[in-house]
Amino acid sequence: MPRWGMVIDLNTCTGCGECAAACKIENNVAIVGPEESDMGRTMLWMDMLTEYEGEYPDVKIRYIPRPCLHCDDPPCTRVCPVRATYLNDEGIVAQIFPQCIGCRYCMAACPYTVKSFNWYRPEWPDTMESALNPDVSARPAGVVEKCTFCIHRLQKAKEQAAAENRDLRDGDYIPACAEACPTKAITFGDFEDPKTEVSRLRRTARAFRLLEELGTEPKVYYLYEVE
Amino acid sequence: MNGNEIAAKDDALFRSIEYTGKNFYYAVGIFVTVIAFAAFLYLGQIISGLGVTGMAQPVSWGFYIVNFVFFIGISHAGTLISAILRLSKAEWRRPITRMAEVITAIVLAIGGLHPILDLGQPGRIWHLATSGRLQSPLLWDVTSITAYFAASTVYLFLPLIPDIAILRDRGTKPRWLYQFLSWGWQGTPKQHKVLDRTINILMIGVIPIAVSVHTVISYIFAMTVQPGWHSTIFGPYFVVGAIFSGIAALLIVMIVFRRVYHLENYLKEIHFSYLSILLLIMSLLWFYFTFCEYLTTHYGNEPDEMRVFFYKFSGDFAPYFWAMIVCNFIIPVAILSNKKTRKIKGILFASFTVLIGMWLERLIIVVPSLANPRLGYPTGIYIPSITEWALFAGGIAVFMLGFLLFAKFFPLISVWEIQEGRASSIKEVAHRLRSYLPDELEEDDIKKALH
Repeated sequence: MPRWGMVIDLNTCTGCGECAAACKIENNVAIVGPEESDMGRTMLWMDMLTEYEGEYPDVKIRYIPRPCLHCDDPPCTRVCPVRATYLNDEGIVAQIFPQCIGCRYCMAACPYTVKSFNWYRPEWPDTMESALNPDVSARPAGVVEKCTFCIHRLQKAKEQAAAENRDLRDGDYIPACAEACPTKAITFGDFEDPKTEVSRLRRTARAFRLLEELGTEPKVYYLYEVE
Repeated sequence: MNGNEIAAKDDALFRSIEYTGKNFYYAVGIFVTVIAFAAFLYLGQIISGLGVTGMAQPVSWGFYIVNFVFFIGISHAGTLISAILRLSKAEWRRPITRMAEVITAIVLAIGGLHPILDLGQPGRIWHLATSGRLQSPLLWDVTSITAYFAASTVYLFLPLIPDIAILRDRGTKPRWLYQFLSWGWQGTPKQHKVLDRTINILMIGVIPIAVSVHTVISYIFAMTVQPGWHSTIFGPYFVVGAIFSGIAALLIVMIVFRRVYHLENYLKEIHFSYLSILLLIMSLLWFYFTFCEYLTTHYGNEPDEMRVFFYKFSGDFAPYFWAMIVCNFIIPVAILSNKKTRKIKGILFASFTVLIGMWLERLIIVVPSLANPRLGYPTGIYIPSITEWALFAGGIAVFMLGFLLFAKFFPLISVWEIQEGRASSIKEVAHRLRSYLPDELEEDDIKKALH
């Protein structure tokens, strides 16, 4: 059984935000108006964290692309009262939208604050409405959502491999953010297979994980910047 | 002597039932209006979504959860206090227990419904029954609140039966109601024995349930790893806060209804004095817990914890935090530790500040931890919307209406327990005293002491 994971190289990442945009389009993530956005209701499955280091005038800005970290011991699935979010066999923290009652306990429990809530029924500008991705289910108002590692792409890749009568190969399944990244900063693949690129990268000396000390065992690794 | 003659002495206790003044209708009208307004706005929330509230990311819990914790806290007034007073054979409990139990039953129903107001998909609430996960602290809540509601309504109803029978015998209307609810009570010694035993069993059972309720509510927060929430003392801290706010609510209700229904003969200064000393003790205990909680955080000096800490002490939430300290500690201790100010008016004022302070405490627990996420997000500010305020007012109105309607149909003070007290408590207490004292007391000594 594979365990899907991601490695993001902060050295090559330019902070352009292409991953976040690609994610929004791929996953039919709702677009909220400016007032709602000011209230803090922007929906981003892939967010771009900005960290400032040092004091003026010696400031360094660091961008960290942040998808769901797909913890191996996720604090969010533990508290869900109805199993609307769970860790699946392949290590993806999945969401079941028709099961979610909208209590938002998982949002409160996630130490990385990755989850978004549909405060209203999701809406898109007219021109985009016809361009929604048919592979990703639309969410109603009142449910929690977040990055799923583009789990629908895994489904497709598996079907493709089955049709061609072969096993899934490294690179068959990559999420939209990794595909869109212009500098190839995001690598995606199977952690279980030691030969994949992600497995190699996550064992390098530069690899680290966010809030590692919490013991959540995230499956998204970052590679430190080098001067 | 039949029931009627005995009860004649306590006519004052039936006045609220048998006589309906104009003010009653005015009050009902006001409360119903507030409730209707809240219901209207809630309907809007159901139709368009939780977007009508002020909640967002990262502050994804707001007034509904704050009020949930607050109302459930008040519900500890009742059954717990009444059970403890009964258990400790405190004679002065007699006119108090009923009101305490009514508060519990009504407020628990209101508080228990608050998480449903907070749901994005309230229509899917049945998922809790069909696919509920007992590993989730929310399910622990559902379980223990349901148990507490069941136990406390039975605990309210059973001691009410003899009073309902008195109403039935007086021919109070609607007769069918009292006929039905009195369950064939005739006041035979056997019936009294059964009733006494059942109350005894319930009052012992209800104490651990009540403690569990607020403990598991605290667990909703404490079981996460979020700064400011992940604390081992949250269980007892919440229970102490709950009893504290519960006593304050009980005192306010007692003072208001004593005045409205002229119950001065039953609720005397001494009842308020005793209860307010209990309030004072809880205030000190609450401060002790608060002190422990924040001192350990500060001394540990963990960066994430400290961000939440300073958000409360000197940041955006500082006005609320310091108002809470003033309302929960400084004012009640100043008023209640002084015999001169520990009078009805002072107690009423202190109780009000405690209620405000305890509500602020719930706000201060829920919001700041959410507003300061660990990673570098812009910190959120939470401003409740009109819908949230209206539902808060609606919750309070439901409580007052519920209490008023209860008083319209049932006596607010347990009539039979007052009568029982008159008939036998002096003897009982004398007997008890005799068993404490080192030497034998003669009957004459007791009589002399009484005069």
